[in-house]
Amino acid sequence: MGNIFRFYKDVDTDQIIASQYIIFPTIDEMKGHTFESLDPQFAEKVKPGDFVVADVNFGCGSSREQAPSVLKALGVKAVIAKSFARIFYRNSINIGLPVLICKDLYDNVEAGDEMDVNFEEGTITAGGKTFTCTKLPENLQAILDQGGLIASLDKED
Amino acid sequence: MGHTMIEKIIAHNVGREVKPGDIVTVNSDYVMLDDIMMPFIVSKFKEMGFKKVWDPGKVVIICDHLVPASQVDDTRAYHISCDFAEEQGIGNLHRSDGICHQLMTEAGYVKPGHVVFGTDSHTTTYGCVGAFSTGIGYTEMAGILGTGQLWVRVPSTIKVNITGKLPENVMSKDIILRIIGDLTAAGATYKALEFTGDTVENMSVASRMTMTNMAIEAGAKCGLFAPDAKTAEYCGIELDEFQASLKGDEDAVYEAVMNYKAEDFVPVMAVPSNVDHVVPISELGDVNVDQVFLGSCTNGRLEDLMAAAEILKGKKIAPYVKMIVTPASRKVYKEALANGTLEILSAAGAIITHPSCGLCCGRTGGILTDGEVVVATNNRNFLGRMGTSKVNIYLASPKSAAASALAGKICSAEI
Repeated sequence: MGNIFRFYKDVDTDQIIASQYIIFPTIDEMKGHTFESLDPQFAEKVKPGDFVVADVNFGCGSSREQAPSVLKALGVKAVIAKSFARIFYRNSINIGLPVLICKDLYDNVEAGDEMDVNFEEGTITAGGKTFTCTKLPENLQAILDQGGLIASLDKED
Repeated sequence: MGHTMIEKIIAHNVGREVKPGDIVTVNSDYVMLDDIMMPFIVSKFKEMGFKKVWDPGKVVIICDHLVPASQVDDTRAYHISCDFAEEQGIGNLHRSDGICHQLMTEAGYVKPGHVVFGTDSHTTTYGCVGAFSTGIGYTEMAGILGTGQLWVRVPSTIKVNITGKLPENVMSKDIILRIIGDLTAAGATYKALEFTGDTVENMSVASRMTMTNMAIEAGAKCGLFAPDAKTAEYCGIELDEFQASLKGDEDAVYEAVMNYKAEDFVPVMAVPSNVDHVVPISELGDVNVDQVFLGSCTNGRLEDLMAAAEILKGKKIAPYVKMIVTPASRKVYKEALANGTLEILSAAGAIITHPSCGLCCGRTGGILTDGEVVVATNNRNFLGRMGTSKVNIYLASPKSAAASALAGKICSAEI
């Protein structure tokens, strides 16, 4: 079980991690500034195993892979949105951050609610209800299961 | 059955017919690596165990976001970029020539029909010459550097057809903003945009660049113009048979067709803080302006600077407005200097800066504070992009930006 951090639609990558921080040498040095313009305390409040839930088009904007990377580094277990921007979605899978498309979750939960994900079944439970997610294509699920693109390439070797 | 432009480009690359939804592995004709992502690209490249890039002649490294450095930290990216270029024998290194998306076509790399990936979302720009180009993350870029290849899903296409003559003072920026407003920020996600019609055929390549640059703001994977005589001249080539065939077939299958009459367009701005929140300037009311930014890969070209100079010639901008002009490249800078454009802008009270990404990425030259209003010709008005999260960023065409600088308040060029 983890808690929900709930954001609106069209959350862009500048809001996830602003450009003045993405030049820091490591993800660990920048992760404290995650969602700074939307919720300055986010990085302090979020605990490993928590979830980010959003409306449509999460992660729009720049190609910065630092955006999914800071969420993963803070221990966010998965991002669940009605839809994702293309580059953020690819980047997330490549670094091993689960991104789930679920049309119904956002409108049925509040910030702070508890939820859990069953990745094998592609289902989410929150507030006594069960929600179904769109499953990833097999090749992408395999990359994710192995922890990202580099880990999966290593396995191929 | 016929094909769309993107289907033809990908089919040519992979050597077989493709349809939307197919997952294919394509070969990169070029890759573009920008300074801000270089430290991570290099570190992932080594982590993957690669020793040599697949083809140094196809790799272009461009220092633009962090040059000249504004903080000591910025210098790290520059040195990593230069060191990697030297270590790998990459001759295509631009240390201070301008913005990556301007240089990739201007310096002669990208040609019609090419497949190009870059570590910046506005890589969609090169569709202005009929290339398939899109942005990716640094881990995938590290993978391409080792292999030359990337998997992509063949996108479906939305055709945007525009016919007729544009009203005075409407620029291609007004067109693409309106289209993004109509599509919404997610309306073209995973799709290609194909721009057609006599209005776009009559546009310069520079004006087309403004539109393909912003295709990503509707979520699009790419934006495309069919290469024509202007494209060939701009690229310094004669179109070969394949390049000349790059237009959507009449019987191609489109996911949607959007039809516009050029006469219906009006000067617009994207108001804080969403690019798809697009409003006619005539409806914006009385808004005082603190700063104007004329530049970026969206609108920092010679025709943009000249359009602003036409409005500002012999006049002074409002005394409380700071107007920052950042040419998109050294070539644009020199041309604007030679033809007197920079002199007009400077005499009007503008600050001329070195070619670079500048204020667009919120790093150098002109960041703002709470409550300030900036009218800017770049592509994003995201929260916190040009300073604090309480800066109000209005996106506009060069003409509207110049008119607003002159009046000291938001307006279009008619007033």
